[in-house]
This record gives sequence, C-alpha cells and structure tokens, in this order.
Amino acid sequence: MTIDLTQVRGLFFEESFENLDIMESSLLDLEIGNFNEELINNIFRAAHSIKGGAGIFQLEDIVTFAHNAETFLDEVRDRKHSIDQTLIDLLLRTGDILRMMLLASKDNNEYDTQLVQACQNELKQALTKEIIETPEIISSEEIIVEPEVLRQWHIEFKPDLPILKTGNDPINLFRELKELGELTVIANTDAIPNFADIDPQSCYLSWELILQSKASRADIEEIFEWVIDECELNITVNNLENLESPTSENLKSIEVSEVETTEPIPEIIAPMVSQDIVVEPTVEIHKEPSDDIVNKHVNIQGNTNSIRVGIDKIDNLINIVGELVITQSMLDQIGENFDNSDIIQLRDGLSQLERNTRELQENVMRIRMLPISFSFNRFPRLVHDLSSQLGKKVELILSGESTELDKTVLEKMSDPLVHLVRNSLDHGIELPEQRKQAGKPEIGQLHLNAFHQSGNIVIQISDDGAGFDIEKIRAKAIQKGWITPEENLVNEQLYEFIFQPGFSTSEEISDVSGRGVGMDVVRRNIRDLGGSIEVKSETGKGSKFSIRLPLTLAILDGQLVRVGKEIFVLPLLSIMESLRIQTKLVNSFTGTVEIYKLRDDYIPILRLYKLFDIKNTATKLEQGLLVIAEGDGQKIGLFVDELLSQQQIVIKNLENNYKKVQGVSGATILGNGNVALILDITGLIQLFRNQTKSPSYLPLGATRYE
Amino acid sequence: MNNDIIDISNKYLTFVLATEEYAIDILRVQEIKGWSKVTQIPNTPNYVCGVINLRGTIVPIVDLRLRFNLDYQEYGSMTVVVVVNVISQNGKERIMGIVVDGVSDVYDVTETEIKPPPDFGSVISTEFVKGLATVSDKMVIVLDIDKLLNSDELAIIDGLSQSEI
Repeated sequence: MTIDLTQVRGLFFEESFENLDIMESSLLDLEIGNFNEELINNIFRAAHSIKGGAGIFQLEDIVTFAHNAETFLDEVRDRKHSIDQTLIDLLLRTGDILRMMLLASKDNNEYDTQLVQACQNELKQALTKEIIETPEIISSEEIIVEPEVLRQWHIEFKPDLPILKTGNDPINLFRELKELGELTVIANTDAIPNFADIDPQSCYLSWELILQSKASRADIEEIFEWVIDECELNITVNNLENLESPTSENLKSIEVSEVETTEPIPEIIAPMVSQDIVVEPTVEIHKEPSDDIVNKHVNIQGNTNSIRVGIDKIDNLINIVGELVITQSMLDQIGENFDNSDIIQLRDGLSQLERNTRELQENVMRIRMLPISFSFNRFPRLVHDLSSQLGKKVELILSGESTELDKTVLEKMSDPLVHLVRNSLDHGIELPEQRKQAGKPEIGQLHLNAFHQSGNIVIQISDDGAGFDIEKIRAKAIQKGWITPEENLVNEQLYEFIFQPGFSTSEEISDVSGRGVGMDVVRRNIRDLGGSIEVKSETGKGSKFSIRLPLTLAILDGQLVRVGKEIFVLPLLSIMESLRIQTKLVNSFTGTVEIYKLRDDYIPILRLYKLFDIKNTATKLEQGLLVIAEGDGQKIGLFVDELLSQQQIVIKNLENNYKKVQGVSGATILGNGNVALILDITGLIQLFRNQTKSPSYLPLGATRYE
Repeated sequence: MNNDIIDISNKYLTFVLATEEYAIDILRVQEIKGWSKVTQIPNTPNYVCGVINLRGTIVPIVDLRLRFNLDYQEYGSMTVVVVVNVISQNGKERIMGIVVDGVSDVYDVTETEIKPPPDFGSVISTEFVKGLATVSDKMVIVLDIDKLLNSDELAIIDGLSQSEI
C-alpha cells in the first residue's frame, strides 16, 4: 500500500530548483533601501515551499536550514531589517547553500556541512542581533495583534475536488497545524460517491479540525495560505469550556500524530475502508495514474533535450494542421470525379496546399525558437557576484530579451556571452575611483542588447568602461611577433589580435580573466554557428562587441555549384566572391599547389573534382569558375564547373544514418528530390592539406579578417 | 497470442546475391524499393553507393555485391534496395539501404534451425553470418545485419564531432 516516493522526489527537486531561481531573481531585483513587499513575499514563499517539500522527504538538514532562513526572512518581511547589500548577499548565499544541499541530496552525495553551518550561524547572528536591537517593536506588535491566550480554534476545511492534483496534501496542512498545539482531526466522508463514480485523483473528504493553541488567527491562516483558493475555509474561536469533540455516525476521526510521514495517500483512503469498500482496487486506481504523472515529469526532467514551448505556438500549429486536413479533403473530393472543368478548382486547391505547407513550416521552425532571455537571465547574478568580487559598481541593462532565436544557437552562444560579459567587467569597466577621476559616473554600465536585423540576430555587449588600450595591444602583438614595430596598422586591425589564441593584455591573471584563452574560442564558437563578431572601441569611452548570428541552424542560404554531374551547396556566408580565372595569375607553388594571385592575396586553388574524385568535369582552369571562400580565417579558391542558383536550403544531417564525412557538413534535398551535399570549407581545407601531404604550405595567419 | 509473437520473430526475408540466398530478420526491414539515383559521397569505399532522399531522410545505400567482393552489376529498373533498421554498438538506430539482386521469399526459421557456419567457403567473412539454415532443401545464409552494416568504414566513430575540425 505504500506509494513510491522516490519518483515524487524528482519532482520535488525540480520544483525546488525553480523556487531557488525565483528566489535569486527576486533578490537581484530588490533595490537597496527599498522595501518591495511583493518580491520579499516571493522569496519567503520560495523558501517556505522548499522547507515543506524537504519535510516530506525527511531531509532534516535542509528543513532545519530552510527553517532558519525562513525565520530570518520572516523578520525581513516584518521590516525589521533594512534592505542593504549585506542582507542581499547573505540571502543569495543562503540560496546557494540550499542549492548545494539539494543537489547533494538529489544524488545522495555528501556536501560541505561546514559551509552550511557557517551560513546558518550567520543567519542566526543576523537574527538575534536584530531582535536585541528592537525588542520593543516585536513585543508591542505581538500584543496589539493577538494576546497569547490558549484558545480552541474550530476550523472547517472543505477542499475542492481537484486539490490533490495541485500537489497540496491536506495531511501536510494538518501536520503543520499540529505544531501549533493540540489537534483533533475529524474527517467527513459524506461526499464520497459510489465506488464506480470515484475519481481516484479527487479529494472527496472534508474535515473539521479542533485546535487548542495559543496561535493567532493569522498563524492558522498562513498554514492554509497555499490552498485558500481551492477550498472552503471557516475558522472560528470556541470557548475553552466547549472541549468535547462533536461526534456523528458518518464521521471518522483520524489522529494526525499516528499518520506515517511517508504514506499520505493510504491515510486518505482509510475512511473509505470503513464503508466496506475493498481496499486493493482502490489503491490500484490511486497508484497508477499518479505513477503516470510522475513518470512523465521524470522524463521531462531527465531529458535535457526537451524544450518548453508556449501554448500559443502549439495552438497555432493545430490550427494550421486543421486547415491542411481541410485542404486535403477538398483535393480528395476533386480527385474522386475528376474532369477537365475541375482544373481551376484543382489549381486553387494546390495553391492553398502550398500556403498551408509554408505556414506549417514557418510555425514548426518557430517552435525551436526561444527568447534570448533564457540566456540573459543568468547575467544579473553573474554581474552582481563579479562586480562585488572586483570591487566595481556596475549597472546591468538588458534589452531585447524577447528576441527569439534557435534553441541550438542559443545554447551554443551561452558560454561565449558569459565570457564577453566577464571580460567587460574585468577589463572594461574601471574601479569607481578611476571612473570618478575620468569624470564618469561611479556606476559603470553594461548593456546587453539583442535584435533582429535582416534575417540575422544581433547581440551586442557594450560597456562605458576604459575601452581597449591600443598601445598595449600593439606592444603585445609585437612581443608575440605577430607584427613588427614598423608596421602601422589601423585600430580595427589591431583589435583583431584580441581574437588570437594566447593574447591577453591583462598584467595579472585573475580567476576572472586574463589567461588569454577565450576570445579565440569565443570567435570560433560564433563562426561554427555561421556567425561573426565585430568590435568597436574608443579609448576612455568604452567598447562594444556585436555578434551576428543566423536565426536558425536548420535553414541556410546556399549557393548551388556544379562539378561534373554532381551538385554541391556552399553556404553563402562563406563565399567572398566568384571569378573567372585569368590563367596568367596562376602560379605553381612547390610543384603541388596552384596559387592564384587575387589583388594582394595569394590564394591556393582547390580543384574539387580532384579532391572528390569526380569524373567528366572541366579540368582546364579557364573552363570553370573560381569561388573564393573563407573557412576558419583561411581563404581558398574552389575550382568548380558552374555556379547555379542561390536558394534557401534545409539542412539535413548526414550523421543520423551514416557518419561524418570530411569536407561535408550535411546534406539537403533539392527541388527535384535529389540529395545535394553541403560543403564545409574548413573541412575541405583540412582534406586538401592532408591530400597534398605538406601540412605547412598554407600561409597561416596571413589573411585579414573582414 | 504468445505463439503469434514467437512466430513473427522467426520470420526472415531472403534475397539473392549472385547465386547465394541470404536471409535477414524481417522485423529489421522497413521497406523494399526500386533503385533511384543516388548522390555520391566523396572519399568513401566503393561499396557505399551514396545517399538517397527517402521522404526527407538522408539514407546511405550500400551495395552488398561490392561489400562481399562479388562482381559489380549495373543498376537498373530491376535492382532492388532493401531499407533496413540497423542498431549500432552505442544503441543508436540508423536507417540504411542495401542493394541486392532481388528479394526472394519470406521463411519461418526457428532459432534451433540456424546452424553455425563453417569458417571457410563463403565469400564473406563469417563474422557477419549468424548461421546457416535449410529451408525447403535450400540453404540460406542468415546475416547479422547489425554487424555487417557497422563494420569497417560504416562504423560510427565515437568522439569525432565536427567541433574537432
């Protein structure tokens, strides 16, 4: 008859982490010196639910810790503390400790009890100190509100049928009530329908509760705070003399103290037993659906590849599919008795079908889109922590959070964004004194912005800090031997060096940044996504990084090229230009590689037909075209027979059923149903290098970036 | 009820390659289709014909004749492609097509009827052969499709993701 609580555990942890997130974001929204009741209530509620949940699973340590936090929060709620930085920091740390404890309990791991103890002491200290400081406020308040007299409370509690579905268990409420004093619980089984009509997930019981306690009405109401909207609640005070409990034929009393903590549901069933209903099937009914629900949740949690989609998007899809079905049945009808006079109708139907299909495609793509706030939301905490660690004052401004982009792009952008923000904080924004000297406001500004621009998404990270130190970058580049002291480069060229591996102008290596790994990785990640990054900086005024990304990875603008009978797709983004080859500009290099002189650049020619072993193609350079493409900072000239059309292509994965092919990033299906391979410039260059077996002939790092 | 299930799991589809008859578990067969134009994949072994578009999915096609070092036979309207589900070592399911001379029949073969193959005399390596069975006086070679289509060049190499390049 026991319910397997291990499955519910997952749910509890999931909810607790959500609560912690709420707690954290509310804390960060709190303004110093400004008492925002709603936010503080949010925080309190979050801590309270974690405590409640942890109680069910007998995570005593978490309960104790959360209880301490709650006591402190209670005082905060009663305006006994002023909202200052120390308080916010303390509460943030409390949240972190709770998270740590929860994480450890989830995996049944050990956690650092010293940390917990330290934080707990801190909370207690903050508590007692305040109480000592303001004893009269507490006592006077208490006295005014409720005198502490032992009273008998009579509570009629009639929950709505679906209360169990919302995760509220009356047993827990009673248990909490019992902490306030002596409690008698009387269950009313009148409302239980015939066995056949019982919905196992509904609560048909109502209760009369008699509580002898010194507690105030507010204390009792607080316990019911969660369910107040889902029940009829009637609290009255009885005289102390009126102590005998009301008895009735249909009432069955349950002593809460005897309830086992791990078996709430069987206890609810208990009254049914008294009505001669066979127990086993009831339990079966009870158990199966709840198991199902739990399983579903566990699956959602266990699968990190899941996605949360707004209900409006789904509704939209259903609408479109509905229309598609209508169109289909219309076409079906035309097809049944087709004669030539129906041709106009058929055409209409087909164009409708085309519209439906296009809409369906657009909407399905939209499902993968997530607002960038998913990524932005982690920054308030990061900036808060880092700025206090670095002793800087920073205001974070977020805008365009609702801009949507593909989930995969979003995920892959997360780390680069964190890196850029850390960089801005560490190197960009100066210390308050320096800022004052420079005549700027003490509080620095860090602005994260996102918007759509011509089929791309642009993410900007800008600060009003010191900007890049051109001379430092120059000196470093000379020191690394990338340029000679005589070389005179414009600023934009110098900024390029910050993307080189091993570059850092920071004199000291901190744990924040300065190790010189990072910017190159940032750019590589962005390039992998088919995007670009661009820097603008003004010494003393700040710097701005603009990241430009494709909206989605599933569709790309492609250039179709023909080699022999084969058709390949080149990502339009990687093509710089295409030209007809002038043979006098072609030179041989070490006998194996042909080099084309394009203005100031020497570009190796890669003959695709040779690389891919394709027969019956143009072999003379003047017969075909040279497509200059760039991959990983390296320019290369691809020799192809012919350029065909440009079109949007849907990327299909080759690895799903086959495996990774070097030089090919995927495949697509052309209008005629044939498959065309999408070329990967970086991979092609590698393949080319391996085939010519002289790995170092390409002029590495000699090209400029656009 | 139960008998039905057992029966189905022992049904095998047979096809002909040159003169020999091969059998594969029928539950792995997704569909049988005619030959359609493939898009070649560069730098792959000769037995990988290329990829086709199977209702939006990119499916690689393997020529079993070439895989087993038999003579190449021109593809035409009579060429048959059997689309099969292959489970690789890491549990991933893949769809692949195999080119055969023609499908022949569906047989019931029980597990006990499959005898281990002799380790010579076959054009193919015995590691791909589950065993030999005799059905109505004919010998068929029962193939282990998972081993066959995950061997050598067809194997998925773990850890080689595109980010490494």
